[in-house]
Amino acid sequence: MNKRPSGIKLMASSLAVLGIAVSQAALAARDHISIVGSSTVYPFSAVVAERFSRATQFKTPVVESTGTGGGMKLFCQGVGEGTADITGASRRIKQSELENCNGNGVDVVEVQIGYDGIVLANAKTAEPFKLSRKDIFLALAKEVPNPNGSQSLVANPYKTWKDVNPTLPANKIEVLGPPPTSGTRDAFAELAMEGGCKQFNWIAAKKKTDKNAYKAICHTLREDGAYIEAGENDNLIVNKLVANPNALGIFGFSFLDQNADKVQGSVIEGMQPTFDSIAAQDYPVSRPLFVYVKKAHVGVVPGIKQFLAEFTNERAWGEEGYLADKGMIPLPATMRQQVATDVRKLNALDNLAAK
Amino acid sequence: MTNPTSPAPLTDKQSQVRERIAQRLGSRHRKETMFRLMGIMSVTFGVLVVLVLFTDIIGKGHGAFVQSAIELEVDYDPQVLGIDSVSPETLALANFDAVIRRALQARFPDAVGRNNRRALFSLVSSSAPYELQQQLQENPQLLGQKQILWFTADDDVDTYVKLFADNKRGHFERLSEQKVAWIQQLLDSGELKKRFNTTFFTNGDSREPEQAGIRAALVGSLLTLLVTLALSFPIGVSAAIYLEEFAPKNRWTDIIEVNINNLAAVPSIVFGLLGLAIFINFFQLPRSAPLVGGLVLTLMTLPTIIISSRAALKAVPPSIREAALGMGASRMQTVLHHVLPLAMPGMLTGAIIGMAQALGETAPLLMVGMVAFIVDVPGSITDPSTVLPVQIFLWADSPERAFVERTSAAIMVLLSVLILMNTSAVWLRKKLERRW
Repeated sequence: MNKRPSGIKLMASSLAVLGIAVSQAALAARDHISIVGSSTVYPFSAVVAERFSRATQFKTPVVESTGTGGGMKLFCQGVGEGTADITGASRRIKQSELENCNGNGVDVVEVQIGYDGIVLANAKTAEPFKLSRKDIFLALAKEVPNPNGSQSLVANPYKTWKDVNPTLPANKIEVLGPPPTSGTRDAFAELAMEGGCKQFNWIAAKKKTDKNAYKAICHTLREDGAYIEAGENDNLIVNKLVANPNALGIFGFSFLDQNADKVQGSVIEGMQPTFDSIAAQDYPVSRPLFVYVKKAHVGVVPGIKQFLAEFTNERAWGEEGYLADKGMIPLPATMRQQVATDVRKLNALDNLAAK
Repeated sequence: MTNPTSPAPLTDKQSQVRERIAQRLGSRHRKETMFRLMGIMSVTFGVLVVLVLFTDIIGKGHGAFVQSAIELEVDYDPQVLGIDSVSPETLALANFDAVIRRALQARFPDAVGRNNRRALFSLVSSSAPYELQQQLQENPQLLGQKQILWFTADDDVDTYVKLFADNKRGHFERLSEQKVAWIQQLLDSGELKKRFNTTFFTNGDSREPEQAGIRAALVGSLLTLLVTLALSFPIGVSAAIYLEEFAPKNRWTDIIEVNINNLAAVPSIVFGLLGLAIFINFFQLPRSAPLVGGLVLTLMTLPTIIISSRAALKAVPPSIREAALGMGASRMQTVLHHVLPLAMPGMLTGAIIGMAQALGETAPLLMVGMVAFIVDVPGSITDPSTVLPVQIFLWADSPERAFVERTSAAIMVLLSVLILMNTSAVWLRKKLERRW
């Protein structure tokens, strides 16, 4: 029975150690950069973080993948050690988010880092698709203009691709894509769906009169089983495409690049999704990628300036840089120069409309 | 019915009953065989599913334990390195890149032109200069000499060697024909080989699959579990002892019991939200730290430990307590000296199962920032860190082909840790259990 007291002592001492660790943690300043934000930007921020810590004496930044919206929330919480220093975004910051940020005393520096292409792909065993954005809209929207030509909407009647456009194969419409929480889905709705939607003049006219209705028509995907939410994991979509050659999948260009032996990108508006066509802005479904930096933390949390310098270095984001190797599409050279000089000045973003 | 005490000869009625029993006997036997068969079938089904899962994981993951490496003859030429002595300062500035490039160029003199040479230099991993730097740091006398070394190959090369070199899957489009020709040449001459992948066990995460490892996640998991165990076991056991042995049985303890059982069924993400609000936003503890992760998981495992500890205490026969009390022991002595040691095996089993549950959790850790890219191996419970299941999740979501096998390999590591924990639970129970 003399074991008991030693057990209690052990517990007490372990609790004491824990208590000391807690108080120390509260005192010690954070010595690593904290990055949150988009899961699309995450692989790029992470690879820069890794190279940056190798090249300098700074600790490796911690990169969390929280999604663009979630990242903005964490980032705009305020200034101080507990908040993130940098957030990645697969779309531009919204006016409302910027106002929230500024309201919490957060000054934001915007850095555009490159582009990402969104591809519609199918298995290599099948014929490649040649689509227009109008085809995509008609095949996937919840409500489409009445096929008889009148200016009214009907629930999407199309069952096969041939119904949408006689030049397409008579396969059942079956598209695997990300859920609504994903930035890829937002960008797909905005670039591909809306791009096709506004080709109907009477819908495009609605943009001025009733913006909400316009958005609802253009961005809402059908829910009758033709569009299948396949989760955030793009590798899963690739595997499902291989198993089902009739289906199309929606995901980021880097997954097409890595799995080019299994899947092929559909031609959209006559453009193949390739590195060059996206970089030249010819491929219609591509979006800009950003990181946003908290100005007040520069110089307080060690290394932010150097981290940005690494990100905007030619060896990283250049045409032959390591980010391009990871699937990011670089900005044109003149724009890179412009952004790099802007970053050095650390000008805070004040109003989106002004820019 | 007939009178059972009378040994009368079989009446008509009796023989009828017997007949009916005999008839029913067949169907009863059939029913029992059916029932057993169903039992066997469900066990077989379970085993089959587990087998399919394991063969899939092992089939995909075994490749990650080997990694392609390329043999090169490097020349530690002081001129090329740009240094004349070996010291930490000079090594930091030395141009190891150039040494590697020269070695590759010497091996393949046919690579001319900017693009060709770029392709050539990307045969080895971007970690090669650091591998070389380490070599020279450990053996300063090598400066000015030549040495044959194995360098980690790039992940594209590794994927090609593992999946495409046999020409069954077609062409790996990330590699140009020229590059494939070089790889084949190296393979044929034995200068490109698969070797045991130590990096996988010694490195933290990396965006380059060939440099990625699980050490940071494994250490993070252990630190997190340590915090969880140090908090949840003493608190859980004390709560169980009080509720079972000392607390009066009234409405209040009933309410507490209902609440504990309720907590055990709360989805784990809720504990994550609670952790974010309390530990990070209110107490200002650091994000992404095992300390906070451990605190959150403590909240999650407490109900499991309390419930199993109470069950263990209930299983101790009342005669033990009565005997101790009869001998004049106080209630506290009774509990600490007699009841607790007997209940300990059950409590430990409960704790280990709770820990195993905590080990597999990701959802609550998402909220406290542990779903993150962590390269440095954490040294204390306040360093940023991640855990094994999160590492699996992050790799499963990565575009690089080479991460597919690493994901499965990480699952294998996680499963082995789980098997180890559960085996120790069974072993502890067997060793400490006492029967009456």
